[in-house]
Amino acid sequence: MLRPLTAALCAALLAGCASTAAKNPPPPASATPADPAREAFASTYRPIAAPPVLITNATVLVGDGRRLDGADVLMREGRIVEVGHGLAAPADAVRVDGTGKWVTPGLIDAHSHLGVYPSPGTQSHSDGNEMTSPVTAQVWAEHSVWPQDPGFGTALAGGITTLQILPGSANLVGGRGVTLKNVYANTVQDMKFPGAPHGLKMACGENPKRVYGQRGGPATRMGNLAGYRAAFIDAQAYAKKAGDKDRKRDLKLETLAGALNGDILVHIHCYRADEMAQMLDLAKEFGFRISAFHHGVEAYKIADRLAAEGVCAALWADWWGFKMEAWDGIQENIALVDRPQGSCAIVHSDSEEGIQRLNQEAAKVIAAARRVGIEIAPERAIRWLTQNPARALGILDRTGTLEPGKMADVVLWNGNPFSSYAQAEKVWIDGAHVYDRHDPSRRPVSDFLLGGVR
Amino acid sequence: MSRRFRIVTKAAALALALCACAGAAAQDLLIRNARVHTATAQGTLEGTDVLVQGGVVRAIGKGLSASAGVPVVEASGRPLTPALFGGISGVGIEEVSGEQSTTDAALALGNGPKDMVVRPEFDVTLAYNPDSILVPVARVGGIGFTLLGADSRPGGSIVAGQGAVVRLDGSPDPIGPRVLFLSLGAGASGLTGNSRAGQWMLLDQLVDEARGRIAPDSPHALLTPAGRATLARYFSGNGLVVARVERAADIRQLLRWSQRHGVRIAIAGGAEAWKLAPELARAKVPVFVDVLANLPSNFDQLGATMENAARLRAAGVQVGFTQSGDASHNARKVRQLAGNAVANGMAWEDALAGLTRVPAETFGVADRTGTIAVGRSADLVLWTGDPLDVANTADQMWLGGRAVPMRSRQTELRDRYLRGEPSREAGQLPLAYPAGTR
Repeated sequence: MLRPLTAALCAALLAGCASTAAKNPPPPASATPADPAREAFASTYRPIAAPPVLITNATVLVGDGRRLDGADVLMREGRIVEVGHGLAAPADAVRVDGTGKWVTPGLIDAHSHLGVYPSPGTQSHSDGNEMTSPVTAQVWAEHSVWPQDPGFGTALAGGITTLQILPGSANLVGGRGVTLKNVYANTVQDMKFPGAPHGLKMACGENPKRVYGQRGGPATRMGNLAGYRAAFIDAQAYAKKAGDKDRKRDLKLETLAGALNGDILVHIHCYRADEMAQMLDLAKEFGFRISAFHHGVEAYKIADRLAAEGVCAALWADWWGFKMEAWDGIQENIALVDRPQGSCAIVHSDSEEGIQRLNQEAAKVIAAARRVGIEIAPERAIRWLTQNPARALGILDRTGTLEPGKMADVVLWNGNPFSSYAQAEKVWIDGAHVYDRHDPSRRPVSDFLLGGVR
Repeated sequence: MSRRFRIVTKAAALALALCACAGAAAQDLLIRNARVHTATAQGTLEGTDVLVQGGVVRAIGKGLSASAGVPVVEASGRPLTPALFGGISGVGIEEVSGEQSTTDAALALGNGPKDMVVRPEFDVTLAYNPDSILVPVARVGGIGFTLLGADSRPGGSIVAGQGAVVRLDGSPDPIGPRVLFLSLGAGASGLTGNSRAGQWMLLDQLVDEARGRIAPDSPHALLTPAGRATLARYFSGNGLVVARVERAADIRQLLRWSQRHGVRIAIAGGAEAWKLAPELARAKVPVFVDVLANLPSNFDQLGATMENAARLRAAGVQVGFTQSGDASHNARKVRQLAGNAVANGMAWEDALAGLTRVPAETFGVADRTGTIAVGRSADLVLWTGDPLDVANTADQMWLGGRAVPMRSRQTELRDRYLRGEPSREAGQLPLAYPAGTR
């Protein structure tokens, strides 16, 4: 984790820092005990025991920019053991013929509302926006997650193995996001990605001012900025009293202080380039680091700056026009954000439909980029769905690529994943075979879907 | 970003080539050696030429020749399809969805959900703006025509109003007959006293009124004279009624209602339509599905599945595609629906038909567009590869034989920012100035 001073330095020096940030993922979250809420509602996720698996003779996109043709992937005890050619399998290994198929790391969605805005979208399920005050840093998305959302299962069928559930964007500060492993469980604690840092959801622009414009404000973009600043001034004062034994815990300020000291990763819903620049200055003023801008329909206008400051941009392939701040969307946004050295472009969904096909969203970007002579190889594009979101979520040391020692979160595709016809055939999470397109016994069905005719 | 970056696409080069051909009429053209997906019974024709004269397809075959001066496009085996249907959309009747002053798809003359105002004569095509920013964006995606849809909202009624097919060639008027939109099921039950049953009660009442069984001056009359005339036409089978409906139980009632009153219908949405596939096939009701709507987003869609399109087609239903999401700005996304239908069991030719012939026939414009056939308007798209795969893009579209500029506000934004940050130190002006004036 970059400390505030380093972040400021990066901003001043521009080049070089971003790649450093990419190469040095944050240490395991347990090493940063400053957040007193760290152990509350702790993860009880346990990997499912499974025999070793050897996938043979596949096209393997490692997730770190490498592609290996005719390669094998060996996983054992929930970890990636090796990716290479002619790997020897342990005697008890399940062998999977990957001939003609492609293997990628499990996909990671940095922006989902599954569980907090689940299907069915009944009124009583509307748990994603605590629209009671513009700053609700005290709320945690995980306390709204309904683990039986059928959307987790359909996302798994699209190769999603990890996802960050965020509060909505009604508020300037919406609350904490939570990172989950996409394995059905009765409780959200059983889904929580062990040791993943919390996210903090903030929102720029139209949404907060629309929601609060007639309810005491903010009613304007300048009101938005004043709101963030007031909140962080309070958080600074709270953080100063960290050593004070008599300090009563304040959940709201605790979260904001966690964002200031880097324990909690800051994710900002922000469409316009000029507003992202305002938020970068806000971060500078208070000495925190922005992990990722989300939606960033105009990110292409400031691609160089985002890369230089080491800020990720989690984007749709081509959504635009549904509101004024989305008017300048272009189909090449992700491709242009991806171009500078040290960039961190991410395909995100913000959609229970889109999360099922992040690979196809990436395919659209590759195709659009080709029209202007930008060729993007599959081994590079896959990083938008794996390595880069892992970096933004602070879990790159554990997943997001097929490097040895990482969690065996793996997808076997029926071919090149960047196509309308691509389908995840098998998905492993921590080495466990949790989805199979051709085996109904390996396809999860949420409680909610029982009893109907499908 | 590289400042020396140059944008030379096949489409741009091709457009230049077309412009250079003086003498020939703008609507004359020979496309050579294409994989021609006719969307007719002829299916796909490999290595085939298409000759266009006066904006109309005059010949399809091998080794065709054109008279001197007629531009020749070498397709080199690339796919050629009819210009695609963009689904039921608001292209040209909305700009920014969130800005009310720019949206025209729904009428609300009443005061909220308890103040139902039924105005079937409402015709959204009168608001159509052929210069909309959305029109060229859709065209760049290979979309050549769309059905303008009327939506229901509180203060209006489940009889949303009328729309029609527009061709996205800049012409101001629809090319097809008006169709009437109905909203049924969960999404619209708030407009009929919070009950789906109220929808059939209301519709039967409107049938009575349109057929003169309720006097115009009755306190129960809901319609204006224009509204009565409009409904009388649709309720006598002269005009298509497009019902937005998802739940099988509601679709069953719709089938009974349409048969009882002799109303010609098509279904938009139809998440659970597969459950009634044989009945829909027998009644010859086309269904326009959102292939990607596979979740139980509400209790009307508990049976939603990615296989909806394939199952309907297998039973003999005419299947087209339309989106439930942002269907206007992302009209180009219909291709992805079709591709995913194929990935989930639908035949490729049927999926293409769902984007071309089926909507053209259903919405009454098959004599103008939707197929590649001799005598039809040359509404064509040349693709970089399989058009149902999002990995490919439209190289060039022709509408009425005219090459459509493959440019939009989006490509202009893109090209501006591809220039890279200007150097103030080098005296370069900001990007707001035209390229080349530095």
